[in-house]
Order: sequence, then structure tokens, then C-alpha cells
Amino acid sequence: METRLEPGRVLDGFTIGDCVHDGGMGFIYRVTGPQADFPMMMKMPRIGQGQPVEGIVGFEMEVMLLERIRSPHVPRFVAAGDLSQTPYLVTEWIEGRLLEDLVGQAPLPLEQLVAIGAAVADALESLHQQDAIHLDVKPDNILLRPDGRAVLIDFGLSHHARLPDLLAEEMRRAVGSAPYISPEQVLGVRNDPRSDVFALGVTLYELATGELPFGSPSSVSGLRDRLWLEPRPPRAVRPDLPAWLQEIILRAIEPVAARRYPSAAQFAFDLRHPDQVVLTDRADRQGRAGVFTHLKRWFRAAGREGEVMAGAPARQLEQAPIVIAAVDVAHLDDDLQRALQAAVRRVIEHAAGARLTALTVIKPTAAFDGDTLEKTASGIHLEHLVRLRHWAEPMNLPPERLSVHVLEASDKARALIDYAQANHASLIVIGAAHYSEPVLGLGRSVTTAVVEQASCSVYVVKGSGAVLAAQD
Amino acid sequence: MRIALLSDIHANIEALDACLRHAKQQAIGRIAFLGDLIGYGADPAPVIERVGNLVAEGAIALKGNHDEALSRQDPSLTAEALLVIEWTRDRLAADQRAFIDGLPLIVHEHDACFVHASADAPHEWRYVSDDGAAARSIEAANALWCLVGHVHDQILYYQGAGRRLMAFAPSPGVPVPVGRHRRWLAVAGSVGQPRDGNTAAAYAVLDTGAASLTFFRVPYDHPAAAAKIRAAGLPERFARRLEGLK
Repeated sequence: METRLEPGRVLDGFTIGDCVHDGGMGFIYRVTGPQADFPMMMKMPRIGQGQPVEGIVGFEMEVMLLERIRSPHVPRFVAAGDLSQTPYLVTEWIEGRLLEDLVGQAPLPLEQLVAIGAAVADALESLHQQDAIHLDVKPDNILLRPDGRAVLIDFGLSHHARLPDLLAEEMRRAVGSAPYISPEQVLGVRNDPRSDVFALGVTLYELATGELPFGSPSSVSGLRDRLWLEPRPPRAVRPDLPAWLQEIILRAIEPVAARRYPSAAQFAFDLRHPDQVVLTDRADRQGRAGVFTHLKRWFRAAGREGEVMAGAPARQLEQAPIVIAAVDVAHLDDDLQRALQAAVRRVIEHAAGARLTALTVIKPTAAFDGDTLEKTASGIHLEHLVRLRHWAEPMNLPPERLSVHVLEASDKARALIDYAQANHASLIVIGAAHYSEPVLGLGRSVTTAVVEQASCSVYVVKGSGAVLAAQD
Repeated sequence: MRIALLSDIHANIEALDACLRHAKQQAIGRIAFLGDLIGYGADPAPVIERVGNLVAEGAIALKGNHDEALSRQDPSLTAEALLVIEWTRDRLAADQRAFIDGLPLIVHEHDACFVHASADAPHEWRYVSDDGAAARSIEAANALWCLVGHVHDQILYYQGAGRRLMAFAPSPGVPVPVGRHRRWLAVAGSVGQPRDGNTAAAYAVLDTGAASLTFFRVPYDHPAAAAKIRAAGLPERFARRLEGLK
């Protein structure tokens, strides 16, 4: 379609409304009709002489992908026209604010920055879980709903592991938006979900500092700089930024994908748990590395051509699960806790990117209770953290793969379930409640409730004395 | 119309029956056998009987190079494969040999081209195993969908944004859109002798109405099929292939 449709025209049962976008690639109209009970929009590519072929291919990719993705972080698919007849795509119209509109206000306040980063990471995790990679994450392609959740739009450059990739070999190099594209994309790799982690890292850097870490290169050699060039640390641009946020951002934009967060979920986890972020030399960096270091990196990067990445996104995520161990810190030495340790070890030793959260749930303590430190709320909290760390020690996990957490809640099962869901946990490992004394301070009903209601898998562990101790 | 594409059965009745049972659950309107009913395996007569009955009910069946070797010298087959052809010939009735002999090399129907090897020279048994071969076959097929066998691994060739064709390794059970605005070549995979280390039988279903193609893998009793090859004294290598070994 080369000309704009008049409002009021009906196409395949959709009534055309206002044209909200008229650009080089095509048109976007608001549409109405009985097909869905939510607001809709119709995207129509320009087709005809002189139109770039990647436009229509990108449109086709977007249709295929949106038909398959089910996520609150992606506009819902309604209908698509036959590509050989009348190409169009009708999706949900998302009310929200384009993240691009906030870029002008950068540097953003810390709280807002973290909330946006975590919301976009949630959206990416949802996409990656369904075997898709966006590959063009940037403020232009992110909508923020009024409730704070992020929605990804424009899937014209995306990749889906179970669908043919329509972007041809000769177009693969350096397709994407220059400031945000990952180093492996510069090399033509299109199947690594960590490319989205990189692009979100660049976006966060920009929102935090108002600057782009790798500038806006217009040449391929300029793009290739990011294979080895270390950006200015964000704190050198904005000194009031906390060290933990610099650690998170610089980890996300590591040139080598294996050094980044292995999943968007783990990225979100760190943003939501600043106190658990392990600070490395990234957090201390005050300026760019010296010439010698850069030279070494440059040589290493020169050998990276043709580097092969791991399998499909969902398979990669299997290697980087977030595992929650629900630990009863009151019975650290008992048989069940040892069985729990053995079970957790079995799970994490087969997944190189697994991250363990040892967690306990305690009853809320009023802040003014107690007169000695041991009896105050913070004293009790600290004591539990110490015990959790002790419990997790035999796992021998490097600090960035372990966190410990004490939740305070009266409904313990609900607290555990909500925490697991909010943090994209893949698995909860929990002891069977077979004691007369409640496990984890949790009675039988807690384990049962977790098994029944958790959105992830639950691994219920019994100690060796389980049979004898069982009540029924 | 949903068409089941079954290729390279190679006298493996266990695998064929498993795929036919699976296809029954897929609302199939038609079956196309893409050649090589015999060779390698120990059940040529039961396979030909089954296929013959389905052809009588309207199925398409094509001739493959192993089928043709029954009546014509084929210098491209290995000595071991020829040995099985000799063994097979003695186990077929005259009407079964005539059925094989009468199979066509290429069929055009439903906007699709069905052929065992490359559509540009069906009788030369060229393998469609790279983008160049796929392009020549698509060109000659003059159809939206070119559906072939001969190569035992499932793969889909398609025209992307560039000039060269691209190859896609499908995931079993996931429908792939194969729209009418571009041309496609699908290698259906082998029912009776998969060679990718996965013992499950391979076949595919083309839905011409929805313009989608789904590749399937179907587990079957491969130890039984391998045992029959050994019991018949056929080359050990062909039994081991069914067990997923080299």
C-alpha cells in the first residue's frame, strides 16, 4: 500500500481510524472492530518500487513473531493480512509512554532508573523464555505502561529460534541501531539473548548519564570499536551514581557475552537487590583503561570473528536458572537441611550460569521490640543472614552467583511464592514438612501451598529420616 | 488441504506404521510418499503392500533411486546398498515389482512439486544438500513448495532478504509459516533411516490452506527394526544406523 487510507474505510472488518504514523517504512492507524475487546492499531508497510527489501522482510518477521509470543510485555496479536495481497498487522494498542521521551530528561533519578531497568529486563526475560530475541532494544522501542511495566515494540530485526530467520547473510552484519547494538551483532551473530542484555545496559547507561557509552558510530569500523573499547565508567560522568549501579551497567555492556549477565532475569535480580550486588573492579573504575590494556583487548577481539554462540535462547536460559532454596535456619544441622544442600548442589552444578538465592521467611518483628541487639528487628535479621550464608557455604559458589535473603511475612507461603515470581525463579527447593515441629518455621500447609501455587517448579526434599518421622 | 510427506521409508515397516498412526492425529487429507520405499531395511514387501493400498485410496507415491535400482543398474549406490537391493528383489512378488516400476519421478499438485531428488533432473538423483542445489530445484519445480527427500535430514530452504537461499533446521512440532509470497523447498527427512543420531522417524505435514509446514519426529520400535536387519543377514551398518550409531 503506497497511499494513506482515509478514516472510516473498512478493511477485512477493521474500521480505519486516525493515522498516527506516516513514515518511510509505512503507516500506523488506530483501528476499531469487533475482533478484540482492547484498543487496536494497524501497521501497514509501504510496498512498491524503490522500497527497501528489509522493510517488508522486517514486517514479515514481526508478523510471524507476534503471532507466537504470549506476554504482557509484547502487544497482543489480533490479525494479519495476506502478504501477497494486502499486508497489514493488527495488534493491541498500548497506552504508555515511549522511553525515548525520557532520554531528554537524563540523567534520571536513581529510583526511576532502577525501576525502568528492572521493568525492561522483565520484558526481555519473558521474550527470551519464548525463544525470541529482540535485537533492537533501545529507548525508541520500549513503551512504559502507566503501571510501570515495560512493553517491547518493533520486532523487525528480531530472531526466533524456531522460525526461519528472514534476514539474509549479507544483511546480517551491523543490522541494528548503532549506539545500542552488541559486539556480537556487529560480527553477524543473531542468536544470543545476551545481545539484548547489552542493549539494555547501553540504554541504562544513557538514562543514567545522558551520554552514550560507545557514541553513535556511522561506520562499520566505528561499530567494531566496541569489541574492545572500554567506555567511560558511568560514575566518571555522574559521580553521585552508586558503585553497585556502575557494577551492574558495566557488567551488562561487557564486550564478551559470557562476561555479561547470563539472563535478563539475573540482570533484573541485581537491580532489585542492590545490597546483594558483588562489587568487582568494575565498580571502582574511575576512567578508561590504559593504552596497553586496550591493545591487549584489541588483539583478543581480532580473534573473535566467527565465534560460535550457544543454542536457542530458552536452552541458554536453562543454563542460567535462578534457584531459590527455602532454608530453615532454626535447624541448620539436621538431616533435612543436609538433604536440601545435596539437592541444591545437584541442581546448580549442572547449570554453569545458575544463581542461588538462599532464603528464609520469618514473622514480622516490630522495630521497637527488644532491648539488646540480638532481640531487635535488625539484629534478628542479621542473625538469619549469617546462618543462611553458613548454610550456603558448602555450595562453593562465587559471590556473584549467590545471594541470601530474609523475608518478613505472616503469610509465609505467599511471601515465598511472590518472591519467586517477581524474580523469575525457575525452581524452588524446599523441605517436606514432616516434622511435628514446623520446618522453616513453616507448617505442612506452607510446603503444600508452595507446591500448589508457585508459578515455577518446586522440588520437595525429604531427609533420610523422612519415612520414620512422617506423621502419616 | 493437509498433506503428510513421508520419504525414505527404506523397508522399515515399524517406522512407517508409527508415522501413519501419528499422521492420523494430524487431520491429514492426503499422503505423499516421496520415494525410496525400499533398500537398507528388512521389510520391503509389507511396506510396498501398505503404500500400495494407500495409493489405491488416492495417495501420491514417487520413485526413488533405491526403488529404481530394482530394475536398472545404479552405479551411484554403494556395494552394501546394492546387496540389499539384490536381497529385496527375491522377496517381492511380480505385481509388487511392477508397482515400484510404475511409480512416477515427479508430481505437480496443490501448488506443490513432489519429487524424490532434485526437480531440475529427477532421474539423476542429485542431492539437494546446499543452497545452490535447492535454488536449482526450486527454479525447475515451478511451484510454491518444492517437497523432496533423498537427503535424510529435515531442512527448509527459503528465500530471505538476500540473493542466496537460506537453510533452516526446524524444531519438531512447531508450525513454520511458508507463505505464498515466496518459494520454499522442504526436505521431509527420512521415515525409515534417520541419520542425525536421533532414532525417531522423521516426516512432515504441509498445510496448503494455512501455508504452514510442520516437521515431526516420531519414536518407534527401532530395536525391532534393527533386529530384523540382523536376522536377515543384511549389513550390520544398516542395523546400527537405526540405533542412532554411525
